This record gives sequence, structure tokens and C-alpha cells, in this order.
Amino acid sequence: MKNYKYYEITPEKIYNKRRNFVKSFGLGLGSLTLGSASLLNNAHALKNNSELTSYKDITTYNNYYEFGTAKGDPYKNSQGFKVRPWNISIEGEVENPITLSADEILSLYPSEEKIYRLRCVEGWSMVIPWMGFSLSKLLNKVSIKNDAKFVEFESVYDPEQMKGQRYPVLNWPYREGLRIDEAMHSLTTVVTGLYGKTLPNQNGAPLRILVPWKYGFKSAKAIVKIKLVKKMPTSSWMKASPREYGFYSNVNPNVNHPRWSQASERVVGGGLLSPRIETQMFNGYGDDVANLYSGMDLKKNF
Amino acid sequence: MLTQINQKYLKIVIFTLSLIPIFFIIYQIITNQLGPEPIKEITHHTGKSTLYFIIITLAMTPLKKITKLNIWINYRRMFGLFIFFYASVHLMTYVGLDYRFDLASIGDDIIKKKYIFIGFSAWLLLIPLAITSNKRMIKILKEKWKKLHRLIYLISLFGAIHYLWLVKRDLTEPLIFLVVLIILLAFRFRFNAN
Repeated sequence: MKNYKYYEITPEKIYNKRRNFVKSFGLGLGSLTLGSASLLNNAHALKNNSELTSYKDITTYNNYYEFGTAKGDPYKNSQGFKVRPWNISIEGEVENPITLSADEILSLYPSEEKIYRLRCVEGWSMVIPWMGFSLSKLLNKVSIKNDAKFVEFESVYDPEQMKGQRYPVLNWPYREGLRIDEAMHSLTTVVTGLYGKTLPNQNGAPLRILVPWKYGFKSAKAIVKIKLVKKMPTSSWMKASPREYGFYSNVNPNVNHPRWSQASERVVGGGLLSPRIETQMFNGYGDDVANLYSGMDLKKNF
Repeated sequence: MLTQINQKYLKIVIFTLSLIPIFFIIYQIITNQLGPEPIKEITHHTGKSTLYFIIITLAMTPLKKITKLNIWINYRRMFGLFIFFYASVHLMTYVGLDYRFDLASIGDDIIKKKYIFIGFSAWLLLIPLAITSNKRMIKILKEKWKKLHRLIYLISLFGAIHYLWLVKRDLTEPLIFLVVLIILLAFRFRFNAN
């Protein structure tokens, strides 16, 4: 928290202005080198893809079934949720299993701003200025054994505080998983905050994972355990409906879902007249992550 | 008993009440109360309104038999046309607002997503019922009219399945709708058997 005290007192409007300033500066440079055509292209891309979603929308429109299945439930039902004391254990196929408190993690690994697009499997998306650090930094601390092939994330189980867990909507506690190379990728983030502020409870406080090229449900919230394992873990959503939710769940416009369009998405906050935009392969992070899947049939391994 | 004039006023009152769902959503649009995903809210609201009018319409005959009053039947056609009205607004929200008349994507959805396929089918089946809902058509079609309008039983089941298939995890609401619907449909079989 100490690392971004300055941001904490920055109101959203000024925050946005600052971002716009940085953006326009970037645009200016682009146009100097590539001519005016690219300026137009960039401007278009920015308009559709890079406008930050408002703090209000990010913090009141959530899928977090531990606090209820309606989009407004997490905000309503999580305000009294206690995020201290909080411990996270890193265990399994590691040389040095360890348990760290959330505060220890925050002080060990300085957070930086990371603006990523979040694409929900339900066909909507946001652009969120997260605060966080790469998960690889945390995983490097425990010396992973050679036979560890996957990482399993376990979220907190506390039906006293989490209303939604009193019903068997999903197999609690929430579990998610990544292949080890996915987990070690620099884009895979331990999130500690957003908009320069401490992470709100409804967004997965105190610490959550964020995997920007996968559908939102792959990014487990309020994690208490990170376990290195040999075999592919079964996530809560895979257990709920293996036909609909695969282990990889990379954002992929070519893999159809029985309920929602994956070819296009609506950017949250655009209002009644905002058009759908085309969903990009790997949520637009293909340049960074496509090599993780070379040679794989992504329709089979959805 | 109600006099003819009273019945006419009652019809106007019921017509106005039936418009409440559409005025309600228009009010919410104007006052910007629909939150971050307004198009989804409008789609859900008009879809649910359609289902409510299916229940209301199908409840008229059982109410007539239970209360032994014929008056219920006077409003059945109007409620039935409100099913078509809300279903059409629901469909147009999806086609016009959500997909901006992108017919290629919509066609793709209809083929690939079974809940859209069955929902769209239900709307298509409503068209002949709406067209033949006037008195003239009743006279022309005679016995066939009754048979044709039994399509509403199938349409109502399509609506229930449409709802069941589109829900992500919590099936409570679509199951409640299905149970109410089955009770209303079972009532008909019981009376027919008698």
C-alpha cells in the first residue's frame, strides 16, 4: 500500500486526464514516425478498446458468486468482508513451501499499474487499471520442483461471511488452474489494487489473480492457497459444466459457446447505443502469449 | 354482473395496466437507471414480460372454469396479443440494439445457439396466431381456429425451454415458470379428459 500512496489521493477524473495525456503523447509519437494514417487508426483503436472503464462500473458490476449470483450482489454483500488477517500458502511440488501474510506479500513485491482488458465469458468486457505484480516473482520464491506441471489456485471458503457459499451454486471453495508456463508468464498478475486504490472486496481483495488473455473466471479472487501440482487440476467451472468450460479457456472468437457470442463483445459502460466490438484472439494479447500454445488445437483444448 | 359499459371501461383499464412493463423500461432508460449493461437489462425485462403474459393468458380458461364466470375470456385475446407485443420488442432489442441488424451474426446465433433457435421459433409461431386473432378470422377458420390456437401450448413450452437454456447457473426462476406453466397446461388435459 505504501507504494502507491500518491495515487490513493488522486481522484478518478484527474486520473483519467493523466491517462489521456499519456495516450495523446503516445499518439503524437506514433504519428511522427508512421504518418497520419496510423494516427487515425490508433485513435479508432483507442476509442473502442482503451478507454478506461469507470471505477463505479468496475466495482459494482461483478461476477463473484461467493457473494451472490446477481451482478450487483458482490458490491452489496462484500462490504463487511474481513480481509485481515490473511494468509496465503504456497505448497505442493516446491522445495520451500511457505505461508505469507497478505501484508508481507504487499511489502515484498511492489505493485505497479497494469492496464489490462478483462473479457468475461458472458460477452462483455472492461478495461481496468489494476495495481499488481507478476505472479512469477512470487513463485520464484519457493523453488518449483521439476515435476510440477500445473498451478492450482484456491479461493477462500467462509460461508459465514460469504452468503453465496451457503448454496451449492459451484463446488466450493472456488478453484482455478494454469499450466506452469502460463502461470510464469509476465502477464499473469497478482492483483493488489485498482485505480491506484486498495483492491475493493467485491473485486477479490485482498489478493487475486489476473490472466488477461483468458476469460474472466480463470482469474481467481481472494486466494488463500497456491499449489504446484503434477496433474491438470479440475477447476470449479470445469466441474460445473465440462462441456462449456475447458481448462484453458483462452479468449477465442473461433470457439463457440452454447450461450454467449464469443465472436463479439460489448464494452461495459458504453450506454444504450454502444456497438459490439469484435473479440480478439487471446483478448488482444496474442503477440505475447500465442507461442505458449504453438502446435496445440485450441478448439479441442478450449 | 358487470354492465356492458363497465366491461368496456374495464378493458381500457386492463389494456393500460398491460402497458406498465414497457413504460417502466422506457422510464428507466430515460432516467438512466439500467446500470452498466442497459441492453442486457432491456432484453431480460422484455423477455420476462413475455413470459408473464403467457402465464396470464393461459390462466384465463382455468379461472373461467374455477369461478364459473365467463368474463375472463373477454380479455384472453388482448393478453395473447401482449405476448406477441412483448416478444417482438424482446426480439427487436436483440436484433436492433444488441446486434445492430448484423444479420450474419444473428443467423449464426440462431443456428449455433439452441436457446436462440427455440426462442426465435417461438416468435415465428406466434405470428399466425396474432394474424388470426380477429373475429373475422375466427368465423372463417371455425373449428380450425381452435386447433391453430392450441399452438400457444407449444409456444409456451418453447418459451420455458428458451429461459432454461439461457440461464448460466441458478435455475430457480426458469423452473418456477416451468412449474406454473405445467400446472396451467395440466388443467386443460384434466378438463378435456372429463
